Amino acid sequence: MNFVLVLEQTLNGLQLGVMLFLMAAGLTLVFGIMNLVNLAHGSFYMIGAYLATYFTQATGSYLLGAVLGLAGTLAVGIAVDFAALRTLYEREHLDQVLATFGLILFFNELVAMLWGRAALYTTIPEYLSGHVDLLPGLRYPLYRLVIIAVGLAVAGLLWLVVARTRLGMLIRAGASNRAMVSALGINIRLLYTVVFGFGAALAGLAGLMAGPIYVVQPGMGELILIEVLVVIVIGGIGSIRGALAGALIVGMVDTFGRAFLKPALAMVLSPAAAQAAGPALASMLIYLLMAAVLALKPQGLFPARL
Amino acid sequence: MNRNLLEVRGLRKSFGALLASDHVALEVREGETHAIIGPNGAGKTTLIAQLAGELRPDAGEVRFAGEDITALSAPARARRGLARSFQITSIYPDFSALENVMLAVQAHAGSSFRFFRAARGEQALRTPARGLLEEVGLGARADMPAASLAHGEQRALEIAMTLAGRPRLLLLDEPVAGMGAEETQRMIAFLATLKGGKTIILVEHDMDAVFSLADRVSVLVYGRIIASGSPAEIRANAEVRRAYLGEEAAE
Amino acid sequence: MSPRHRVLALALGLLLLAAVPPVASLFNQPFYLDLVRRIMIFAIAAASLNLILGYGGMISFGHAAYLGVGGYAVGVLAHYGVVDGVLQWSLAVCASALVALVIGAVSLRTSGVYFIMITLAFTQMLYYLGISIEEFGGDDGMRLAGRSRFPGIDLGDSDVFYYLVLAILVLVLFFGHRLVNSRFGMVIRAARSNEARTRAIGFSPYPYRLAAFVIAGAVCGLAGALLVNHTAYLTPEFMNWTRSGELMFMVILGGMGSVAGPVLGAFALLVLEDLLSGWTQHWQIILGPLLVLSVLFFRRGLAGVIFGRHE
Repeated sequence: MNFVLVLEQTLNGLQLGVMLFLMAAGLTLVFGIMNLVNLAHGSFYMIGAYLATYFTQATGSYLLGAVLGLAGTLAVGIAVDFAALRTLYEREHLDQVLATFGLILFFNELVAMLWGRAALYTTIPEYLSGHVDLLPGLRYPLYRLVIIAVGLAVAGLLWLVVARTRLGMLIRAGASNRAMVSALGINIRLLYTVVFGFGAALAGLAGLMAGPIYVVQPGMGELILIEVLVVIVIGGIGSIRGALAGALIVGMVDTFGRAFLKPALAMVLSPAAAQAAGPALASMLIYLLMAAVLALKPQGLFPARL
Repeated sequence: MNRNLLEVRGLRKSFGALLASDHVALEVREGETHAIIGPNGAGKTTLIAQLAGELRPDAGEVRFAGEDITALSAPARARRGLARSFQITSIYPDFSALENVMLAVQAHAGSSFRFFRAARGEQALRTPARGLLEEVGLGARADMPAASLAHGEQRALEIAMTLAGRPRLLLLDEPVAGMGAEETQRMIAFLATLKGGKTIILVEHDMDAVFSLADRVSVLVYGRIIASGSPAEIRANAEVRRAYLGEEAAE
Repeated sequence: MSPRHRVLALALGLLLLAAVPPVASLFNQPFYLDLVRRIMIFAIAAASLNLILGYGGMISFGHAAYLGVGGYAVGVLAHYGVVDGVLQWSLAVCASALVALVIGAVSLRTSGVYFIMITLAFTQMLYYLGISIEEFGGDDGMRLAGRSRFPGIDLGDSDVFYYLVLAILVLVLFFGHRLVNSRFGMVIRAARSNEARTRAIGFSPYPYRLAAFVIAGAVCGLAGALLVNHTAYLTPEFMNWTRSGELMFMVILGGMGSVAGPVLGAFALLVLEDLLSGWTQHWQIILGPLLVLSVLFFRRGLAGVIFGRHE
């Protein structure tokens, strides 16, 4: 273990963390404000990745493809809100879980019908590929640095909107007392649609950025969704601050666990045992972390409600 | 015999900036019927919740029959003989009236980790439950689904459930809430039959109920007990009149 | 439907199920025997979920984990040469109970949305664990080394295995029925119906819920042992969260809080899946919206429709 390796993994953890945050922010707001369990959130991640890939190939420009992909995901999000979710806001959680589960099946299959089940190949554009020399001995992929930058920028933007604008005030009020906001005469429907669409777009952004470095295939959303749920549980439902804290913690723990647990175990166990136990334990790490956090703080680290 | 069954000292509870219970002190003798009155927002519900064990106080203690129960959960207090009824009727709508009371009896009738025998058929549960339903006048309605009972009947069911297991202390949160005049009289008459045998803490707005049932009355205003004494003493108390009865006279 | 009619209907259903093997061999269609046997195994799993979800109101989105634990208990033992059925299946049940105890102890301290997400997360953890163990095939899984052996019962005989599953299903439904009407069952149902009331009369829901969680996990582990013998293949896909979703749908579609519900639900969902997948390889695109619609408009479930108000 050397310093450069640790630094590299720290950056990787940061990159995973900001992506988890992009997804967690939307999901936690939807939970907190609309009291809606939306398991199909991962589908927006997938749709973002697929649409961006499609538009990039269609237009020949990565940037244009990204923008169109984002817009497309936003449109799909709003459509889903209109078509399916309106009735679910008043229903109990069980109904929401089951209905959004049905949506997952639908979207996964739709994507498979349009683009096949095999993983899609997405490329990083010329100007974003390559490495940057951060330190002597540390060359880090430019693309991942861009992801970190974009993620942090969005986090900053989100903080600005939530803390400084009227919309943000409504969002914060809604997260702590939905009925009151409605009683104040605010157009709840519109607020819901805006929040939901915004959340979908954020997930789409995470997806389109993830495309080139992770796998783009049907079902990719569900894999990351579980991690996002862990983030939200750790951070506290309804809280963006919690989403950020949770995302960074989970990102770091997961990355460090996968990178260093096996070699760490190899120092105390036999190589064969470390080989077997290492990856298994690493994959369980964030769930154990979640259980530990819940034991101490059942509402998460920064719950939005009292 | 006439010792304090319930003693409350220095009870304090805040919700953020709101001080809902401000060093509440209370002494309720065994066999006494003690009414707690106060204007809306005085903190009566918060007080009941802390006495029942639903809410943990920030400071202070609650002693029941000499034992410090401040840290005990609501189920534990119920098992020790401290039963409560709810202001907003809280029953099992899908079960019959009889089943509702049987469940309450079951909590005090041995272990419920029994997995095979049908509970509905157990005479050890049915007989006391039937008896309680008869006492509150619901004998004929025993097999009706609780949701289909009239409001007054549901409140009576609530009382029957509270009486199951022969509790020593009854915490009644507005037992006649939402009842018509005739039903209210019936409930008051019934509660009067319990006087002496059971210790009752009664939170009420209905002054008929309070002054015909209570041995002593405490007045809660802004989370503080401002006066405590016999009904006559409370009626005459100037501070109470100003804070509470004065409002009513102005209506 | 009156109680007597209900008993008759159940008896009829039983008779139909018992008739499948002779009918299937008469028409030389072993496929249907296989299909119904598979459905019954899932009905057992769904029945176990019904206890905590249908009657207990605990939205556990991780129930398929126990199919995996049970299946792996049998598969791993078989891999190492232990094929004694009693030993394998006992381990399957005990291991599932233990896992349920641990997961339940942590999860049941939370409620609402947290509970759903935590149970989902823990299942996924087990799934990833299953994938990461290369020894047992990783994410490809592995063939079952040998069927469980019982004195006098040959699981290799399709018919015999079928009737064993049927017998277990009947026992599970019978004991389940007794359980939900016992003192224990009443507390579970009361806690779901009105938790504040239940606490006020003197019951702390947590120990009862945890016990129910463990029982449900154990029975589902048994279903897992049956499943791995049925498929003759062991794979982490047993524990996939979409499987958990399927189980939940079986409980809902069949009608929550009814004894026959899970069986009806298992039949409905799996037959539907079978029909749709015969139609098009993209059957999930039809199933998905159908499930959404069923949640929105058909919440009472099949048992509610067929048997009327059930208690």
